[in-house]
Amino acid sequence: MTLLDVENLWVKFPSRHGVFDAVRGVSFTLGKERLGIVGESGSGKSLTGRAILKLIRPPGIMTADRISLEGDDLMPKSERDMQAVRGQRISMVMQDPKFSLNPVMTIGEQIMEAYQLHNAVGKKAAFAKAVEMLEAVSIRDAPRVMRAYPHEMSGGMGQRIMIAMMLIPNPQILIADEPTSALDVSVQRQVLDIMDNLVKERGMGLIFISHDLNLVADFCDRVLIMYAGRIVEVCDADKLREAKHPYTQGLLNSLPRLDEPCARLQVLKRDPAWSEAPSVSGRI
Amino acid sequence: MSMISVENLDVWFGRGRDRVDAVKGASFAVKRGESFGLVGESGSGKSTILRAIMGLAPDWSGQITVDGKAISGRREKGFYKQVQMVFQDPYASLHPRHSVDQVLGETLLLHGFTDIDDRVVKLLDDVGLGGKFRFRYPHQLSGGQRQRVAIARALAAEPEILLLDEPTSALDVSVQAEILNLLADLRVEHGLTYVMVSHDLSVVGHMCDQLAVMKDGEIVEIMAVDALRAMKAVHPYSQHLLEASV
Amino acid sequence: MSETQNLRAWLLTDTPTSRRHAKYAAAYQGWLSFRSNTMAMIGLWILIFLVFVAVAAPLLAPHDPFEQTLSNRLQGLNSDGHILGTDSLGRDILSRLIYGSRITLFIVGLVALIAPITGLLVGTVAGYVGGWTDTVLMRITDIFLAFPRLVLALAFVAALGAGIENAVLAISLTAWPPYARMARAETLTIRSSDYISAIQLQGAGPMRIITKHIWPLCISSLIVRVTLDMAGIILAAAGLGFLGLGAQPPSPEWGAMISEGRRFILDSWWVATVPGLAIFTVSLAFNLLGDGLRDVLDPKDAEK
Ligand SMILES: Nc1ncnc2c1ncn2[C@@H]1O[C@H](COP(=O)(O)OP(=O)(O)OP(=O)(O)O)[C@@H](O)[C@H]1O
Ligand SMILES: Nc1ncnc2c1ncn2[C@@H]1O[C@H](COP(=O)(O)OP(=O)(O)OP(=O)(O)O)[C@@H](O)[C@H]1O
Ligand SMILES: [Mg+2]
Ligand SMILES: [Mg+2]
Repeated sequence: MTLLDVENLWVKFPSRHGVFDAVRGVSFTLGKERLGIVGESGSGKSLTGRAILKLIRPPGIMTADRISLEGDDLMPKSERDMQAVRGQRISMVMQDPKFSLNPVMTIGEQIMEAYQLHNAVGKKAAFAKAVEMLEAVSIRDAPRVMRAYPHEMSGGMGQRIMIAMMLIPNPQILIADEPTSALDVSVQRQVLDIMDNLVKERGMGLIFISHDLNLVADFCDRVLIMYAGRIVEVCDADKLREAKHPYTQGLLNSLPRLDEPCARLQVLKRDPAWSEAPSVSGRI
Repeated sequence: MSMISVENLDVWFGRGRDRVDAVKGASFAVKRGESFGLVGESGSGKSTILRAIMGLAPDWSGQITVDGKAISGRREKGFYKQVQMVFQDPYASLHPRHSVDQVLGETLLLHGFTDIDDRVVKLLDDVGLGGKFRFRYPHQLSGGQRQRVAIARALAAEPEILLLDEPTSALDVSVQAEILNLLADLRVEHGLTYVMVSHDLSVVGHMCDQLAVMKDGEIVEIMAVDALRAMKAVHPYSQHLLEASV
Repeated sequence: MSETQNLRAWLLTDTPTSRRHAKYAAAYQGWLSFRSNTMAMIGLWILIFLVFVAVAAPLLAPHDPFEQTLSNRLQGLNSDGHILGTDSLGRDILSRLIYGSRITLFIVGLVALIAPITGLLVGTVAGYVGGWTDTVLMRITDIFLAFPRLVLALAFVAALGAGIENAVLAISLTAWPPYARMARAETLTIRSSDYISAIQLQGAGPMRIITKHIWPLCISSLIVRVTLDMAGIILAAAGLGFLGLGAQPPSPEWGAMISEGRRFILDSWWVATVPGLAIFTVSLAFNLLGDGLRDVLDPKDAEK
């Protein structure tokens, strides 16, 4: 069953030097699955995620033929209605955890506030729940972290706090923008297991934005590969390593490998034809 | 003789019930021209070790020696000419109101160079950015470009030692390859010594000669990169880490 | 024609060739984005007009602002030669308004110089240095904040002597604490950021970090706050005038004019309303300008 159906999504930024198309006509569907979006920096991954929530700030403009959430088209919805969608039905973990946290509030205050927004519970219950959530993302010493400010967190801890917060509202769709880029492999595993459970047990749809191709190949079901605002290739995650597009191959080849040491890594050579080719549809 | 050696380093933050012992009894040594990796759990104190070496951690005890000189208290100016650091988050390490030119120009000025214009251009060339980016502001740069500016800033003082805190974790794989190649070239050209934090074992395997594995503030194992490649770790946590990475 | 076009292209370039070129280009592009904000431009024009009026007051004023003609008191709008009527002593209101703009500018200019700079200095030093410096400076700030502004200003004026200069000084001295608090709060979040650590690693001292790295980030919100506070400052000056501690009676200060006209508000509404409208317009102009400046001064917010 499809949860989300996006058709012909564009994001444009008008400027004095002409219009910059950051996302150019992307179409895809999302079922109760783990959909990966990979691509190099600036290829429009984050903007695609934000556009689904209609979170493109002016002067940016977004257009789409349709963004339907279980048959309910989001495009005509007002900002007011979208606020009910955001967080409740679709929630998103932003890419830069330290920017998304309030620097002058303690971690605990922020988690408890978010929790009490969605659940009518007292302070004590909210506190216990917040500690429980921090422990779920394997943060040691959770009571101390509750009292700490964002700048006292390590890079990976900030990321895990964001993940803990997004687990609060129990959404139908979760958009995770590079949620594990600062985590070591073992903590990363645990975080992925949490998301995996949500997909399997609650039937949630997951959009997993990442630049780690190995991770996406192992973790996701289906992968969209983006380049310059378009989808250049769609494939099953387990077939990612046999991908045909030279761009995908280039990305794969630029990874360092433990088993094959080399003096210099391969660097991607970009072909202008890639950005000209029409967008591949990711719909099923 | 070792270029950097750290012995019995303890670093802590706060006091009372909020006290965190971020690093506990860490010891390692890096030879001149070598590249040393620090890997380990998130929150295990990797960044804190680098910050303590640079004098950015308020409370620490133990011994830090750089090029034979023991370091204590305030760092002198000469120290910053010898050791520089690149931060973990390229989005947070550049001043939002300063153009690339201002960032590099001010750094050069502080290190007492006079031919600033020539050097700014050369630094930008060195990190593969070129003059086009000289007058841009951080919000006009991508993550990879920001990280290059941060590397150029660290190189401005012509240091012998570079401390790199996850130089590529926020970057995509193609930019990561470019930055790692760049770092490898710079190391050969300038004879640099690196201490590099990463959570990605294959990056450390690619760049480093030796590595230390950290868990919960302690260094649990120091091994050569060949042992890493051969998957011959001794400590259970390092074994676990290796298995999880494959 | 082609020369001005060349200049435009030179100023609009994406790739400046020298430091000076970059500076001019940034200033020009800032001006362009400011200019595209209609409301801010309206604010700017009003203030330019105010400055013009103040400078050219002797040429513009139809009458002597101090000349009293008691037989001619409380004349209505547009009555023989007095476009805005006369006040209770028969003085021409338009002329008094025109001369009063000088006083308003004087107050605004002086307060806008003293209060934010003091606040910025105290706040950033306290926030950056921390420790007991912070404690001492913030306690002092709290003491100032604890008194109602007008009461404190009264005490100062009483100590310094009545008069417009001392009133300005007193207002400035009572206006800085909120700015100091604001600057300190911002400094605290800036201080722990990586880019400040990075410049510390180049051996920069605290003076340099505060003035070159922290100030530029605090100043934009400060400017906006100051322009938004201007209305209150003009009114505080008027309040002191009303109590006989600010501008002294014959002087055509707008606030003092309102309090004079207050007595006749039912029969001769224009005597108090006209200077009130003038204060309102100038305050509004400052607000509009402040909003526009925020967009220009904050390149990051403008882009996002
Ligand atoms: N507010 C904006 N104004 C103008 N251009 C923008 C704006 N926001 C994003 N862009 C541009 O849109 C493009 C896509 O940005 P996006 O953030 O989606 O990239 P991404 O694929 O998430 O990259 P990364 O891996 O670095 O996060 C980039 O080239 C970026 O410069
Ligand atoms: N300024 C600070 N105040 C209080 N605690 C801090 C501060 N900086 C770091 N810590 C604590 O020190 C510990 C180690 O942090 P550090 O940043 O060194 O971790 P890390 O190994 O670099 O992790 P990551 O891989 O996630 O970046 C964490 O528990 C963190 O909360
Ligand atoms: Mg992104
Ligand atoms: Mg770190």
